[in-house]
Amino acid sequence: MPAWIRISILLFLLCGGVYPALVVGAGQLLFHDKAQGSIIYDKDGNAIGSALIAQAFDKDQYFHPRPSAAGADGYDATSSGGSNLAPTNQKLIDQVKANADAAKQDDPALGEVPADMVTNSGSGLDPDISPENALAQVPRVAKARGMTEQQLTGFVNQHVIGRDLGIFGEPRINVLRLNLDLDAAKPMQK
Amino acid sequence: MPKPKSKTFTPEILVPAIWQAVIKMNPRWMVKNPVMFVVEIGALMTLLLTFSPTIFGTAAASRGYNLVVTIILVLTVLFANYAEAVAEARGRAQAATLRRTKKETPAKRLLSDGSVQTVSSSDLRKGDIVVVEANDVIPGDGDVIEGVAYVNESAITGESAPVLKEPGTDIRSSVTGGTQIISDTLKIRISANPGETFLDRMIALVEGAKRQKTPNEIALTALLAIFTIIFLIVCVTLEPFGSFLGAPIDVATLVALLVCLIPTTIGALLSAIGIAGMDRVTRFNVLAMSGKAVEAAGDIDTLLLDKTGTITFGNRLAFEFIPVNGHNEKELAEAAMASSVADTTPEGKSIMALAEKLGVKAGTLPENAELIPFTAETRMSGIAQNGHKIMKGAVDAIAALVDTVPLDLTKEADRIGGEGGTPLAVAVNREVYGLIYLKDTVKPGISERFADLRAMGIKTVMVTGDNPLTAATIAKEAGVDDFLAQAKPEDKIALIKSEQAEGKLVAMTGDGTNDAPALAQADVALAMNSGTSAAKEAANMVDLDSDPTKLLEVVMIGKQLLITRGAITTFSIANDVAKYFAIIPAIFVAVFAQLSALNVMQLSTPQSAILSALIFNAVIIPLLIPLAMKGVNYKPTSADRLLLRNVSIYGLGGIIAPFIGIKLIDLVVALFVG
Amino acid sequence: MVIDILQMAIVLALGFLIMIPLGRYMAAVFMFKPTFADGLFNPIDNLIYRVCRVNRDEGMRWPGYIKAMLLTNLAMWVLIFATFMVQHEPLFAALNPDGQGMMNPFLAFMQASSFITNTDWQNYGGESTFSYMSQMFGLIFPMFTSAATGLACGVAFIRGLGGSVSLGNFYVDLTRGITRVMLPISLVVGIALVGFGIPATFDGAQAATTLNGPLTPASPTAVASPEANASPTPEATPSLTSQGQQSITRGPVAPLSSIKHLGTNGGGFFNANSAHPFENPSPVTNVIEILLMGAIPASIIYMLGIMLDKKKQAWTFFGVLAAFYTAFLAIDYVNEKSGNPLLSSIGVSAAQGNMEGKEVRFGQAQTALFANATTAFTTGSVDSMHDSMTPGGSVTPFSNMFLNMVFGGKGVGFINLFIFVVLGVFMTGLMVGRTPELLGKKIEVHEVKLASLAFLMHPLLIFGFMALTFALQLDLGAISNPGPHGFSEVMYAYTSMAANNGSAFAGLSSNTNWYNVSGGITVILGRYISIVLMLALAGSMAAKKTVPMTIGTMRTDNRVFAGVLVGTVLIIGALTFFPVMALGPIADHLAMVAGQTFQAAGS
Repeated sequence: MPAWIRISILLFLLCGGVYPALVVGAGQLLFHDKAQGSIIYDKDGNAIGSALIAQAFDKDQYFHPRPSAAGADGYDATSSGGSNLAPTNQKLIDQVKANADAAKQDDPALGEVPADMVTNSGSGLDPDISPENALAQVPRVAKARGMTEQQLTGFVNQHVIGRDLGIFGEPRINVLRLNLDLDAAKPMQK
Repeated sequence: MPKPKSKTFTPEILVPAIWQAVIKMNPRWMVKNPVMFVVEIGALMTLLLTFSPTIFGTAAASRGYNLVVTIILVLTVLFANYAEAVAEARGRAQAATLRRTKKETPAKRLLSDGSVQTVSSSDLRKGDIVVVEANDVIPGDGDVIEGVAYVNESAITGESAPVLKEPGTDIRSSVTGGTQIISDTLKIRISANPGETFLDRMIALVEGAKRQKTPNEIALTALLAIFTIIFLIVCVTLEPFGSFLGAPIDVATLVALLVCLIPTTIGALLSAIGIAGMDRVTRFNVLAMSGKAVEAAGDIDTLLLDKTGTITFGNRLAFEFIPVNGHNEKELAEAAMASSVADTTPEGKSIMALAEKLGVKAGTLPENAELIPFTAETRMSGIAQNGHKIMKGAVDAIAALVDTVPLDLTKEADRIGGEGGTPLAVAVNREVYGLIYLKDTVKPGISERFADLRAMGIKTVMVTGDNPLTAATIAKEAGVDDFLAQAKPEDKIALIKSEQAEGKLVAMTGDGTNDAPALAQADVALAMNSGTSAAKEAANMVDLDSDPTKLLEVVMIGKQLLITRGAITTFSIANDVAKYFAIIPAIFVAVFAQLSALNVMQLSTPQSAILSALIFNAVIIPLLIPLAMKGVNYKPTSADRLLLRNVSIYGLGGIIAPFIGIKLIDLVVALFVG
Repeated sequence: MVIDILQMAIVLALGFLIMIPLGRYMAAVFMFKPTFADGLFNPIDNLIYRVCRVNRDEGMRWPGYIKAMLLTNLAMWVLIFATFMVQHEPLFAALNPDGQGMMNPFLAFMQASSFITNTDWQNYGGESTFSYMSQMFGLIFPMFTSAATGLACGVAFIRGLGGSVSLGNFYVDLTRGITRVMLPISLVVGIALVGFGIPATFDGAQAATTLNGPLTPASPTAVASPEANASPTPEATPSLTSQGQQSITRGPVAPLSSIKHLGTNGGGFFNANSAHPFENPSPVTNVIEILLMGAIPASIIYMLGIMLDKKKQAWTFFGVLAAFYTAFLAIDYVNEKSGNPLLSSIGVSAAQGNMEGKEVRFGQAQTALFANATTAFTTGSVDSMHDSMTPGGSVTPFSNMFLNMVFGGKGVGFINLFIFVVLGVFMTGLMVGRTPELLGKKIEVHEVKLASLAFLMHPLLIFGFMALTFALQLDLGAISNPGPHGFSEVMYAYTSMAANNGSAFAGLSSNTNWYNVSGGITVILGRYISIVLMLALAGSMAAKKTVPMTIGTMRTDNRVFAGVLVGTVLIIGALTFFPVMALGPIADHLAMVAGQTFQAAGS
């Protein structure tokens, strides 16, 4: 067998087999939960979702994530992706307008709509919203939960994740964690 | 630089070139120039469209528009051909003059039995011996083997003063066919067969009949061909792109875009630049055997220059009077003047000139004076008058003549000798007055020339048979970078080889047969026309004036040729930017109105924009013909400065100029196109 | 705004700081000088040489080097293709927990070609197509070898420029590139990435019941179905989402994420690539991924300075590349930050910029950094959807991929830069009155032909396949956006494939036989032709006599030449690509600012 075949097979095993196994093994040992996908469980041990993956919310008492183009109804974690609509595509304008109109229905006092509230995320699974987006949803959620807007605003502000290392990225709020904490702090009367 | 002999443009050259330009439209000729060949094919296509506007599909422009495009394209091709024709015509005119010299002449062939047979010059073969007498035309190239005679070589050199020819001496033994002997008789051994003579080669060269593309030209042609292919791809594929976006483009417009983008300017002028470069060399009376040699001259790293004749005049001339024995300079000068009144050698003349400069009245030979000529035995000369003898001569010869030899005489004489000069002692009767310092004189201005060469990064090496001390003195005075003293021919070759081993290109001049191997080894070798045929054979350039300093001019011309080629290439490609801004909005504005924002020149209509760009593309060719012929302005300086200067002028200028040009043309075209 | 500029400046500075030690280390690796890690790596390498029967002292001239490279890549291609074709077999079920099915052979052809050429263009969604075995043996494996192949060719090219007729031994360069550069870095960073939240598991998808529960029908948050949906759920069965369920796919993502960027590969584990929170969970991972992408391509320039002993030359190249890099970053950022005026006019705040297709955690600065890096370093991973970029912002990826020399991929990026260097030197070098010289070698007809043919290939592939697509109307239905942007989608596809980049205007549904076949051809020709031509050029230059530098020689290591090089790249690049840019992004941009939209023909 010539060298070019031998080295190909050897590297096939080394890079395709040994290397990923090493990283997975070490990752599992050192950071088990993260290696498994940062899954969040309820008190019964049932998986609710991943802290890193957006899931669909449409009830008024929950904060809603960004619009999603992943899968037919969005938030499909087996089919990530964006809308891929061009800025000049009329379809994009129509969609954003519909989303903006809905947002204004929830909060008639809303001035300019935060951009992340009405546009599709890149992955369709963006777990975060901007603080402005969350604040724009406060009137609706507060009303549904019977909280004052002031109370809820304070609650939201506590959940703002700052820029990484104080500099990188943008301030944001993880929607699933916010909603979970909200349920814990102020459970809905059934 | 010496002035070139003739003007670049005369009606005799410009007018017949027009017809040549038309003849050159033959596709078989055009195909050698891929860029212009594409233009010609484009013209053919738009011509077809003029007759049948829908022949290539439905997106059709009007017949009138197609016709105008066709006319501009044909003119573009003609302009390109014209540039080449003008360049060639200059050579042809020169060739015609030469050809007049090259008539069938009767030759007196000397047979082995000693008898003379008259044959036609075309029957002479290498090795034949001919006899020529006064007023005969020399029937072929050869070397003088017997006799001394003056020959008029003006047919070749343009120099009217006759040249002395004699056998044995390397320098004066070669004669050229077609020149005329004006006195005495010579026996000549023919050194070239008919058709291979110097004159034949010269005619072929200046005519460009055997012109081959130089390596750099070939490389540039390849680059231009591939650029042409790239733009061909860009333009051909634009059709389906336009159709997809609802903006079908008519073929005439695509052809116009293509022709604007491909580097037609340099494509049109490339061969003219090369021919003109050769021609510039020729006008300095240097005959380059190939364009390659001229191109190589631009690349020279090291110049080997013979001291005698190139750096110095070659004659020892009076430089200083050094009085000894208590005499003053004035007394010595008067004595020197008196001793030299009858001396007609260059040395003698220079002694009189120097004395005159010091205020001594020019003397003449007095009536009653007796001339004492120089002989090999006495090694001195002078005059005797009224019993007085005033002599000058070799120091030891004079020393033997006089009563006492002062100490300072010997000391000064040694010093002069040590500096590479020649001391001549002057004595009146039996008393030494002093010394005349004879020195090999460096040509005026030569050190500035070497400074220029240094600025260009060229190293100069002086080659001399002198001893190292003498050589060092002259080298320092002349400002050469290095010298090779006590040089034998094999030392020269060794030096050339060692420079070449470092990757350097070496140029040299030479005239003797023993120079031939070195000339053959050098990358650029300039032989003197007065030199032997062996030297000329080994060289790749011959200087008809036999002036070795011409090598410097040749290097400059080589550089200028390359710069011109690079400058017009850069200009040509930089031009495309503006053409895009003219044509692209014009093509697509119909479907994307917003693209009119790209119409930065505010051209009046899409059609006038396209035509203006195309017209600019055509007229820039004749406008640049003078630049291509004369070469861009070149002053010796470092590469960095040159690059900065030329990139600014031809690169930035090449971007800006067409914006202005196209706008101006559009103002005119708009008057005709709605 | 200020903090955005600061973020960008810090990332650029960090990249610069990595370049110097890594460049030094790589120079030592490829000059066979001792390094601190020899005790560990020498035995490993020697074992590999023994097993593979490689004579490590055997030098190869350029034809031999090319032959070894092509044959090895062929063998690897076969292994990858075979992996794809058997992924569904029950034998490999352990590495197929999500039960991925059999792959379409046309797609397998395209993907094997795409990965072996370091392109990583993906005509599939990772989480819905590839088993873990395919992700590991079909994707992670070539991520190492294609990168190391490029690096080896770059090193060989530099050796040729340095005057060595033997370009080295391909197998040795390949091995050392992997064992001494890529494996150690990927391993360490890969494990660290798990700590930042990237999954590393062989378990299958996690089923979850959402907090919200089933959605009320006609929910306002459910957006109209997207174009790029790889597998639209049939109308009849309600989606998991609507039932309040979620299936969270995961896998050995972390090992892929590190080599994906270090090797400038770009193939995502998931369809959304590095926009997916599992591939890029936070701004910090985003920064790490950007730095990984730039690490080797930038270090190669520094390595070149050491290997050729021409530091000043290397800094000149670096300066030119850094200038392009920074300028393109600025173009991207300014356009995206300005947002989409068409949305502003319907009441959307412009403060966040254009957020369509972007992730909140990254914001405009991190997204612009990533988009510029991924197209400059020919990676092709994305942390935002390029199809939804503003047309002005998309000038950045287009320019990076058209010019294909702003750092570029490992090795090949520098090789592509050299095409422009040769052409620039040849055209302007004449203007100093000498026939052109580069690094002490004459540039003659042979070099000019090789370099200009290598340049020609790029537009030929892009325009050729685009023209076929439009002229023969092949799969025009794959285009998702109307107007000039639709044209841009096809242009982006072939440009990305020809540049071996791999990023996409993903609205184009390119999993069709035409795109799979034409794409496979494009990536292969785009990769190997320029390598072969330029290695031949290096071989030809190596064999030439060195011309000494004098004051009359055009220097290629100073500011004047840097300006000439920038001009050459801009003019030649602009001349070739300006018309299509005008038809695509420029027309689109001018429409956008004029308030014009485009409507799909059918809707």
